[in-house]
Amino acid sequence: MLFRRDAVHKILEKRENSAVVTGIGNASHDVASAGDHPLNMYLFGVMGGAVMTAFGVALAQPERRVVVITGDGEVLAGIGSLATVGVERPSNLSIIVLDNQVYGATGGQLTHTAAGVDLVGIARASGIVNSVLIKDQKGLERALPEVYEKPGPYLAVVEVSPQSAPRVDVPKDGTFTARRFRSAINQEIKDHG
Amino acid sequence: MVESVSWSDKVFSVLCEAEVKQVAYVPDAGHQRLIKLCIDYNEIKHVPLTSEQEGIALLGGAWLGGERGALLMQSSGVGNVINMLSVPNECRFPLLMIVTMRGEWAEFNPWQIPMGQAVETTLKAMGVIVLRAAEECLISETVSSASKLAFEGGRMVAVLISQRALGQKDWNK
Repeated sequence: MLFRRDAVHKILEKRENSAVVTGIGNASHDVASAGDHPLNMYLFGVMGGAVMTAFGVALAQPERRVVVITGDGEVLAGIGSLATVGVERPSNLSIIVLDNQVYGATGGQLTHTAAGVDLVGIARASGIVNSVLIKDQKGLERALPEVYEKPGPYLAVVEVSPQSAPRVDVPKDGTFTARRFRSAINQEIKDHG
Repeated sequence: MVESVSWSDKVFSVLCEAEVKQVAYVPDAGHQRLIKLCIDYNEIKHVPLTSEQEGIALLGGAWLGGERGALLMQSSGVGNVINMLSVPNECRFPLLMIVTMRGEWAEFNPWQIPMGQAVETTLKAMGVIVLRAAEECLISETVSSASKLAFEGGRMVAVLISQRALGQKDWNK
């Protein structure tokens, strides 16, 4: 079984100028542990907001890939978002769900995916046609180019072990990370027209 | 006879002048015309939502990506956004919400009253600036003022359009 942090690091190796939005919980630490980046927006509050936040960025920045990296519990809390994304079909949005089947931050209680709720099935049935399940290293390697190149909306559920990884130093001040993110985008627009 | 311009058309102009590019909404009868105007206008991306809280997150993302947005909803939807308001509050995202009120002036459906009466208190408790438009002639200038507070003042702002201004809802129509 894949280890969440290794999977996230592997995915981020290819990010180039993509924007990354993380969901509350361990996903923010997984992303930050690969190296802080001005185009990372770390969410530390509210279950269920990551997909829609990234969707807003994707609409505003149609030429840029926007990648959500979040957990199964966080996506389940905003499950209607998948239907909203499926209706609008933003071609530059990719959603990576690290599915460990537990709420890692609150003591490891089981999420609905542990009982068989199928996030890939829900995504496909919602109109996110390019939705895949990644179970191992081979599957991850195969999916990697798709995260950045497959016409979106794209969704990958990555099955990961419930083992958590050490916390890292992540900027938690939303006013700081938000303004840094927006400045980085504005700067790129200025530099590259 | 010259047909008067509806408040919806005036508010639409205000949104265009404010360079709003994303409009998210959960349908409401009071917003029917404004939603249609947004859908018919190519310069605005319109996003129908399953629940109002999605709109708060979407508009945070819009601002991160360099665009302005607005959220249209009914007062009952305010209850669905309270926790998500933590995001614009913590990040100081500008936020413009236009809320058509139920549960107040001449309300006939008792189920609308609890949330309708709690709208202003709950929004204020989350740090949102609340402006009321009690009469139809005040709606567009109130939205204009709110958009300045939101986008230039960098604040979360809600315009509550009174049921009195919208006219009493008539289910027989």
